[in-house]
Amino acid sequence: MYGALWRLMPGPIWLRVVLMVLFFAVILAVLILVVFPWLNTFVNVNDNTVGQ
Amino acid sequence: MIGILGELLITAGVLVFLFLAWQLWFNDLVVGAQQNQAGVSLAQQWRVSTPSTPSAPATPAPSPSDAPQDFGAPSIGTAPANAVQFAVMYVPRFGSNYARSISEGVSTVQVLDKNGIGHYPGTQMPGQVGNFAVAAHRTTHGAPFNGLATLQVGDRIYVQTQDGYYTYQFRGLEYVRPTGVGVLDPVPQSSRTVPTDRVLTMTSCNPMFSAAERIIAYASLKSWQPTSAGPPAAIQSIIAAKG
Repeated sequence: MYGALWRLMPGPIWLRVVLMVLFFAVILAVLILVVFPWLNTFVNVNDNTVGQ
Repeated sequence: MIGILGELLITAGVLVFLFLAWQLWFNDLVVGAQQNQAGVSLAQQWRVSTPSTPSAPATPAPSPSDAPQDFGAPSIGTAPANAVQFAVMYVPRFGSNYARSISEGVSTVQVLDKNGIGHYPGTQMPGQVGNFAVAAHRTTHGAPFNGLATLQVGDRIYVQTQDGYYTYQFRGLEYVRPTGVGVLDPVPQSSRTVPTDRVLTMTSCNPMFSAAERIIAYASLKSWQPTSAGPPAAIQSIIAAKG
């Protein structure tokens, strides 16, 4: 999977490395800005109020 | 085929750890800083618009202190609409610049996950005879009450509203089941007693990262001073700090 991704990247090795880093940076940003906050609303393992 | 499956599984594992790191550490820091910022700016907003107490004489340079004067019975505000921030809590034990806003209501999504500390609707207001009860996360979402178990008897807990500063003194901890609503009574755990004390009750989850029990911290009002008298010395630097 990651090997295929590496072969998909164009250009010399240094460009491939840069592109891969960019690729994972974008994925990380999407995770932090969108996916994780959304997921977090379902993870209520720490209720802190008393109630019936 | 096996190789792809292995890579997928490793990726899933990395994603889970990334989420945990984000939730338990990174997001906690970010949200906590945001909540603290909100608390400070709320306090500064009140400082600018101080002339709301017509009865108070205009003392040009009030000496900030831990209330050596007696300002009479504390001013009691009215509870605002749901999720509106109406007070700021300062707990020096939680950090020298700790300032978190208190909002009306204890809705998880609207208040506790976002604003931080929430006031149980129907319980009393700051300074009022009875029980001013609040809740907040102990872990995640900024974790305003992360240090609840580190409080020591006698620690000051300052609550600021538009009217003034209410200095509470920490009395002790209690651990109850999630259904232990008795802690919200005007006299905690004594529903039929007529209140005479002014109590602050803070609830959070226990143990950390669990919802099995609740940790309860009690404090009682020690003194009160109106906005015109200036903040108590211990929190003066937080309010004076640049927003």
